[in-house]
Amino acid sequence: MRTPESGPEPLIFELSHAGRVARAQLPPAAKGSATVPPALRRRTPPRLPEVSELQAVRHYTRLSQLNFSIDTEFYPLGSCTMKYNPRGSNQYAMLSGFLARHPFAPEVLGQGLLACLFELQDMLCAVTGMRAVSLTPMAGAQGEFAGVAMIRRYHRDRGDAARDEIIVPDAAHGTNPATATMCGMRAVEIATNADGDIDLDALRKAVSARTAGIMLTNPSTLGVFERHIGEVAAIVHEAGGLLYYDGANLNAILGTVRPGDMGFDVMHMNLHKTFSTPHGGGGPGAGAVGVGERLAPYLPVPVVGREGSRYRWLTEQDLPQSIGRLSGFMGNTGVLLRAYVYMRMIGRDGMRRVGEHATLNANYLLARLRAEGFDAAYPTRRATHEFCLTLKRQARELGATAMDFAKRLLDLGCHAPTTYFPLLVPECLLIEPTETEAKETLDAFVAAMARCLAEARADVELLKQAPHDLPVRRLDDVRAAKSLDLRWTPAA
Amino acid sequence: MAFIPHTADDVRQMLTVIGVSSMEQLFDEIPESLRCGVLTGIPPALSEQEIGRLMSERAAADGQPLNFLGAGAYEHHIPAAVWAITTRGEYYSCYTPYQAEASQGTLQTIYEYQSMMASLTGMAVANASLYDGASALAEACLMAVRAHRRSKSACVLVPRTVHPLWRRCARAICSNQELKLPELAYDRASGLTAVNALAAHAGSDITALVIQQPNVFGLLEPVDELTDWAHAQGALVIAAVNPTSLALLKPPGEWGQKGADIVIGEGQPLGVPLAGGGPYFGFMTTRLEHVRQMPGRIVGRTVDLDGKAGFTLTLQAREQHIRRAKATSNICTNQGLLVTAATIYLSILGPSGLEQVASACQGRTSELVERLGRAGAQLRFPGARFHEAVLTLNRPCETVLAALAGQGICGGYDLTEDYPELGHALLVCATETRTSEDIERYGQALARILSGDRP
Repeated sequence: MRTPESGPEPLIFELSHAGRVARAQLPPAAKGSATVPPALRRRTPPRLPEVSELQAVRHYTRLSQLNFSIDTEFYPLGSCTMKYNPRGSNQYAMLSGFLARHPFAPEVLGQGLLACLFELQDMLCAVTGMRAVSLTPMAGAQGEFAGVAMIRRYHRDRGDAARDEIIVPDAAHGTNPATATMCGMRAVEIATNADGDIDLDALRKAVSARTAGIMLTNPSTLGVFERHIGEVAAIVHEAGGLLYYDGANLNAILGTVRPGDMGFDVMHMNLHKTFSTPHGGGGPGAGAVGVGERLAPYLPVPVVGREGSRYRWLTEQDLPQSIGRLSGFMGNTGVLLRAYVYMRMIGRDGMRRVGEHATLNANYLLARLRAEGFDAAYPTRRATHEFCLTLKRQARELGATAMDFAKRLLDLGCHAPTTYFPLLVPECLLIEPTETEAKETLDAFVAAMARCLAEARADVELLKQAPHDLPVRRLDDVRAAKSLDLRWTPAA
Repeated sequence: MAFIPHTADDVRQMLTVIGVSSMEQLFDEIPESLRCGVLTGIPPALSEQEIGRLMSERAAADGQPLNFLGAGAYEHHIPAAVWAITTRGEYYSCYTPYQAEASQGTLQTIYEYQSMMASLTGMAVANASLYDGASALAEACLMAVRAHRRSKSACVLVPRTVHPLWRRCARAICSNQELKLPELAYDRASGLTAVNALAAHAGSDITALVIQQPNVFGLLEPVDELTDWAHAQGALVIAAVNPTSLALLKPPGEWGQKGADIVIGEGQPLGVPLAGGGPYFGFMTTRLEHVRQMPGRIVGRTVDLDGKAGFTLTLQAREQHIRRAKATSNICTNQGLLVTAATIYLSILGPSGLEQVASACQGRTSELVERLGRAGAQLRFPGARFHEAVLTLNRPCETVLAALAGQGICGGYDLTEDYPELGHALLVCATETRTSEDIERYGQALARILSGDRP
C-alpha cells in the first residue's frame, strides 16, 4: 500500500492536457449520416479528462494502491463476511461467451447461462430450506424490499390490508426499518434482552392485527444465535404475521441450520457475503430471495424455469401474481455466475465446513482477545461467525474509544472491524474473521489488538491521533458535510 | 476443503484455546431439532479445473451471435485496460469505504466519477450509483415526491415512450408507497410524446414528468418544450438519458429555460459488458438544492488533521445506517465496481473519444436502417434519432427473429407485446462495434427471410 511518503495522487482532471487523445480507442469512421438538430445539440463538451491510456492506467493503478482489500489485508468487518473471493469465480464468470450475451438475446442462444442460473436457484433452495428462489434482486437491501413487498401483497390478496407494521429488533441492520418504509409499512422496534436474545414479552406486546411480519437475522447482528426462534415464529404466526429472514449472517449456519426449518416464510441471501462474490468497493452484490409455499406466487420476475431439457425465463405471464420487476433485465447476472462457481467448488460437504470453520475462527479470536483483556459484549454466549467486543472499560479507564482502536489497527495492517454497530452495544467492535483466514492471521490480529491496548495504557494519544502511516490522517467529516465539495471544477 | 486453510493440528489447537472438545460443541446453543442433515440438493465439490471445464463448455454453447439488439443495453468496445485495472484485488475485494483513511483509492475514484457524471449531464451533483437504470427511475420518482414539498398528489407522469421494462420496474417499486404513475400516449406519426396527452393533465397537481432522451424508439424528444411545460405546471422534470448520447446531445441541465431537476440513466454503455443483463449501474445527478433527498452514497472532498486533502462518505444522515426508517432509501451496497470501470472508461475515451463513439453509433444505425430498408423493412418513424430505430416487417417479428437466430444474428427487440398498435415492429441498434460487413450480413439474411413465403 502507498503511504504518506508516496505523496498525494492528483485528480485525473489535474493530469488532463487539452487535445490529448487515446487514439487506439477511437472507433473507425462510420458511413451513415450522423446529425443532431441544432436545438438538441450539445454546445460545450463535457469536462472529461484528456489523458493518454498510460496516464489513465497509472493513475487508477496508483489509486487502487491506496485501498485496503481482502487481497492485501485481513478485513474482519463484522456483518460483511469479507472472505476470500476466489479468482476462479471471476475468471469463469467473465468468459467471453457470457460477457457478450445481450440480455434480450433469444433463449436458444442462452441455454448455458440459464442452466447455471437454474441450478443456482435449486442449490439456494437446498441450503436454505426454501421452496423457490428468484435471483433478480441486485443487493441485500433489494432482496429485503422484494421480501417485504411479497408479504404486503400476500396480506392484501387475503383482504387483510390493515397489516401495515413490520417488527424489527433494535439490533437490526438499518436496511430493515428503511425497507419497511420503502414498502409503505411502519417499522416497530422491539428490545433485546441482556443475553442478546429477543425480549419475548416485548414481542408479545408488539404483535397485533396490524402485524404484517417480523424481520430477523439469526444469528443476530450481536453475533449470537437467537435461541428462542421457535417461540418467536409461533408468536408471530399466531398473530397472523410472516417471518422474514435477513440472510446477512447466513455464513454462520451454512450447512447446519436452514432458515426454512426455523419457521421463516421468506428470506434473502447476500451472495456477495455467504457465496463469496466480491464486494467491489461497494457492490455489485446480489440479494436472491427465497420463499416458502405461501409466497411462491409472488416472487419477482424473471425466474428461470425448465421444460424438459430446455430452460426459459418465466415472466409476468407465468407468474401473474408476481410483485413484478426490480431491474431492467435479470438482476446482477455476472454476480450470480460467480456465486454458482463458488458453490460448485465448495460442494455438499464444503457448505457445512464453511459454517463450522467461520464459527471456529470467531470463537478462537474471541477466546484469545478475552485472554488479552478485552470484554465480550455477551460473555455467557458462544460466538457465532462473529462477535461483539465492548470497549467501554477502555474508553472509561484509558480514554481510548472503539474508534481509536479501529484507526490504530489500520496502522498495524489490519482493516478495522465494524465500529459502533449494533448501536445498543456501547463502544462496540463487531468482528468477523471468516473461515478463509489462517490461524496465523488471527494470531497476528490478536497481537495487534494487544499492542493497541498496551499503547493506550502508555500513551493514549498514539491511538487518539491514529492512523499515522496511511495516505491521509483522520478526515474532517463535519467540514465534508457542511462545506460540500462533491465534484471537481476547474480553477477560475 | 476449498478455501479453508486449517490443518487438523490447527483445529485441535484452536478448540483447546476455546476450551471445547469438538467442533460440534461450538453449536451447542442451537436446538438439536433445528439441525439439518446432509444437504442432498447440493452436488459434491468440483476442483477449479473441473468447474472451469464446465463453465467453458456452457459459455461456448451460448455462442457469440452478431448483435443488433439495444433496448437499454448496448454493445460497445471496452478498452482492455478498463477491466484489467477494475479487477485488481484492491478495487475488486474491498468494501464500501467506511474507513476513509484505508479507502482513499475507492473514494477518490468515486469523487472523480461524480465529477464526470455531473458534467456529462449538466447537473450540480451526482451520487455514487444505484443498481441499474430501471430501478434508478423508481428511486427518482420517490425522490421527486420527497423533494417537491408543495405537490400533494404523488403523481409522476410517465410517457409510453419510456422503456416498457423501466416503467414496469418503477411501478413495482413505487406502488408500495402509493405513487400514481399515469402513462402518457405518444403521437402515432412521430413516435414522440403527444402534446394532447400532456394537455389532459394541464392545471392539475403533478409531482413530476419523466422525459426519456432518446426515447425507447431511439427518437429525440422535444426536451426543451416538454421541460418548460412541466415547469409551467409546477412539476419537477426527471430526465432519463443514455450517457453515450450526451457527448452529442444537449445535457439535461440545459433543457428548456431551467433545466431538468433529477437525471437518471443506465450506466452500462460506459465500459460495462453486456454480461446477460448485469451487473450494470444506475446513475443519478441532481441540483444542489435536492442533494439531501438523494438516495445512495455520496463522496465529498475534505481535509485531514494536517489540512491535507482527502475524501470521505458524506451526507450520511440521509442513509439507512444512520436514519433507519427515515432514510431516503434502503439502498446500502450499490454498484461500486461498475463505477470504477465507468470512471476508467471515461478517462481513457475523454470528451473527443466519447463524441466519436456516439457519432459512430449514430452513423452505423443510419447505415443499418438504409440497408434493412432495401431488405424490405419499413422505417416506422422518420424523425431525428440517436442509435436505434423502429422498423416494421411484413410478418411477425417472432418468426423473423427466430430465423435470424438460426443464422447467428440477434436481429433486434420485438416491440409487439408492449406496442401492439405498431404492428410487426422491431427495434434495431448498431453501435460503433458493427462494421459495414456486419450490416451487409444482416441485410442479406433479412432480405431472404422477408421475401420468403409467409408462414
